[in-house]
Amino acid sequence: MQMQKLAGNDVLLDVRDLETHFYGEESVTRALGGISFQVRSGETLGVVGESGCGKSVTALSILRLLPKLTARTVGGEIRFHGRDLLKLSPREMRQIRGNRIAMIFQEPMTSLNPVYTVGHQIAEAVQIHTKASRSDAMAKAREMLRLVRIADPERRVNNYPHEMSGGMRQRAMIAMALACSPELLIADEPTTALDVTIQAQILRLIVDLKEHTGTAVMFITHDLGVVAETCQRVIVMYAGRIAEQASVTDLFARPAHPYTQGLMRSVPDRRHGRQRRLPEIPGIVPSLREPIVGCSFAPRCPFAIGICREKTPTLRDIGPGHAAACFRAEEVMGG
Amino acid sequence: MSLLSASAEAAPKGRLQLSGLPRLARRHPLVFIGGGLLALLIILALAAPLYASDPLNLYPFKRLQPLSAEMWLGSDNLGRDVFARTAFGARISLLVGLTSAASTVLTGLLVGIIAGYNRRFDSIAMRIMDGLMSIPTILLALALVSLTGAGIGILIVAITITHTPGTARLVRSVVLGVRERPYVEAALCGGARLPKVLWRHILPSTIPALMIQSANLCASAIMTEAGLSFLGVGVPPEIPSWGNMISSSRLYLPIAPWSVFAPGICLAVTVLAVNLLGDGLRDLFDPRATRRR
Amino acid sequence: MNGQLLKVENLTKHYPLGTGFLNKTVPVVRAVEDVSFSVEAGETLCIVGESGCGKSTVARLLMRLVEPTGGRVLIDGTDIAGLKTHELRASRRRMQMVFQDPYSSLNPRLTAGQIITEPVENFERLSRKQRQALAADLLRKVGMRPGMMHRFPSEFSGGQRQRLGIARALALQPSLIIADEAVSALDVSVQAQILNLLLDLQQEMGLAFVFISHDLGVVEHIGHRVAVMYLGRIVELAPCEALFANPVHPYTEALIAAAPVPDPTRVRLEVPVEGEVPSPVNPPSGCAFHPRCPLAVDRCRIEVPPLVPMADGRVVACHVRAPAADTSGRPVAAASSSLTVG
Repeated sequence: MQMQKLAGNDVLLDVRDLETHFYGEESVTRALGGISFQVRSGETLGVVGESGCGKSVTALSILRLLPKLTARTVGGEIRFHGRDLLKLSPREMRQIRGNRIAMIFQEPMTSLNPVYTVGHQIAEAVQIHTKASRSDAMAKAREMLRLVRIADPERRVNNYPHEMSGGMRQRAMIAMALACSPELLIADEPTTALDVTIQAQILRLIVDLKEHTGTAVMFITHDLGVVAETCQRVIVMYAGRIAEQASVTDLFARPAHPYTQGLMRSVPDRRHGRQRRLPEIPGIVPSLREPIVGCSFAPRCPFAIGICREKTPTLRDIGPGHAAACFRAEEVMGG
Repeated sequence: MSLLSASAEAAPKGRLQLSGLPRLARRHPLVFIGGGLLALLIILALAAPLYASDPLNLYPFKRLQPLSAEMWLGSDNLGRDVFARTAFGARISLLVGLTSAASTVLTGLLVGIIAGYNRRFDSIAMRIMDGLMSIPTILLALALVSLTGAGIGILIVAITITHTPGTARLVRSVVLGVRERPYVEAALCGGARLPKVLWRHILPSTIPALMIQSANLCASAIMTEAGLSFLGVGVPPEIPSWGNMISSSRLYLPIAPWSVFAPGICLAVTVLAVNLLGDGLRDLFDPRATRRR
Repeated sequence: MNGQLLKVENLTKHYPLGTGFLNKTVPVVRAVEDVSFSVEAGETLCIVGESGCGKSTVARLLMRLVEPTGGRVLIDGTDIAGLKTHELRASRRRMQMVFQDPYSSLNPRLTAGQIITEPVENFERLSRKQRQALAADLLRKVGMRPGMMHRFPSEFSGGQRQRLGIARALALQPSLIIADEAVSALDVSVQAQILNLLLDLQQEMGLAFVFISHDLGVVEHIGHRVAVMYLGRIVELAPCEALFANPVHPYTEALIAAAPVPDPTRVRLEVPVEGEVPSPVNPPSGCAFHPRCPLAVDRCRIEVPPLVPMADGRVVACHVRAPAADTSGRPVAAASSSLTVG
């Protein structure tokens, strides 16, 4: 779509009008209200937004890992190498998951099995998707641990998850995710639970590995600082929709959606002075249970005019590789 | 997942604004049905003299009579009116059930809360509780009865002693979980005295578990009373209770099944009512469950 | 020094691991080790550090939610460590706490009004009318509508709940509020609202804060002075601007460099510090940071560096960057007075 014409490299993942609903006892939550974006091979795409904006639901929808009883993707397409993931059989999906698209989570402890050694789990992941022998798979596990810069991989390969620190577990998770050389790695808040110095190490590791392996990364985070340091392109999400999409430099230099702008301004920044009141975004995130008329950000938006409360803005190009879902994007960007 | 928490958070609008029985029936049908059934049973038990004849009357010529207009539920092996005995028997069974449940919950709560808050008391009390836990109720009741003679009081004491440890442990585990909660620490920071913290912030958290526990206790006490009366060490045989009615009529089951079924069905209904009430109250007191509605 | 509200001297907390019933020597977690600082009326002292550095334990020690192993906590000159339970209750009026998790720090069974007026009712009886007036007043102070007092915590958003937590802390009109990661669980835009609220309250009521956080951006924004903790000890304590402009301790330097900056044009050169925080059960000898420190010399492995006052009023514990006076010959002020320079 918008991005395609300027992308020299090929589109790996093409999400179109993705809609996911959650079903409660008496209500339907429209978690994703039709989002479209692409991930190109080898790039790092950041997905930012605050809690409840749908960024994690996007990841789970792509991998079809939504809770079966309460959630369903009701519309759209997720094309991976041209094949719609939503139309695959569970068996075909399993072959893509972990093998060609891998995912790492915020809390590695929940996704590592506590009763097996880390080496065993990485080897198992390798064996599921390749025909490697047991010893080859273990050798691969050791190699992966070395790759993610775990000190003394020969010994660590026999460690259980609880014998490792949080940072090391996240490294092990990354090792496991990358063991089958996936084309796309979805990282959902991978450093949120970690300390800053460890976060810096893990971010560096992800960036280096991406360059080394050529894996595309979809990096989901709430932290604009993390986005600035790791991503090439960014999607900003608000209330289940994409508010803005831009290259990372454009986004930070010329935010075109009032929400992006508000978000950036509310982060404390020494360049704007200490001890002063931070510009806040007034109000709260709308409930996604009731249908929203007009722009979902309008009630909190300083730029909102009549049309914003009547029509829902769609994502439109406002510059090369820069799109925003705002009627007044040009004015927002200008000042 | 962030989305789920966000939607759960935005949800609740419905509080207990409306009150009254219809609302209770709609929102918590289990409480309504269980509570109603139990209330009915208690009223029937208390009002027994108004509608039933004297349960001690013997009619030696009308032994093991089937159901008739004169004796609605027939008669037993001594020619006593099964309907009257069942109605009066409810008094004993419900008394034993409700009193032992109440006394067990109270002692268990006391021991459990102190144990949850005081380490030294905890280590001693819990060893004693372990000891008590290993005594079978029936054996203790037999021992006590052999000292003092059969009676309702002894029964209740025996049931209380042997069931307190389980309740105390339950309360203690809840207290241990709750006492480290930030809102309990916040209360202490706000200058609350310990008794107030226990009463206002810790005790309410034990209620859901205690509700289930007390329903189970009540049902189990009625059954124990039946069992002990069955063995002949419960209430004296001439005083009707569902337990000793079943016990004394069991030999005549093939020829006079009504004499066993009447108290048996009442017993089953009571246990069911108490269990329904317990389940319902658990939901009622669980703020997470009410929030969902 | 005038207006000194809180003075912490050599505060230490060791947690024994296990009961030590059979073996005599029980391993201990050295959560807080010899921590001293002071807070003046109306100022914000921030404590930063990574998980396990002891910053939350310090908060709990200040509120005496845990008993210290050693040291003193003086509020207006009264040592709360020595107080009996009923005397301690009175001292609570001076110092209140705001908790990290806006969800678990409010009793789900009580209404907002009951929650925020409870501290006052611990000390005096309120009529229904007084209670409602107080609740309305407190809600207004934290930017909420008085009509919300009858709602339960589950009906509020995370940010609103944190406002309730702040309202509860304000109820006793304390002069000092300890905020333990009070904005860490909140989204950025909500975080900004709460930080603004704290700044406003400080201005209006002259409140002092001990603000505990792992987020350097927030700390830099709100702090007057900052204490950096590593493995239970303060390694640097400095005026906020000086600390961020010119960090002296290598750990402070690494921490500041590691924080992600929302500026894609900034090029990160190197990972600021390798390795992970060692276990507080068996901390490294000498300076606890030496295994990760690029500047470490032999002395760092043997000797714990003392907090040395520097010319600009900060104190730093580093053999290399801030050698003690006798070796460097640098003129220094008396340690105790420069600890409190604002």
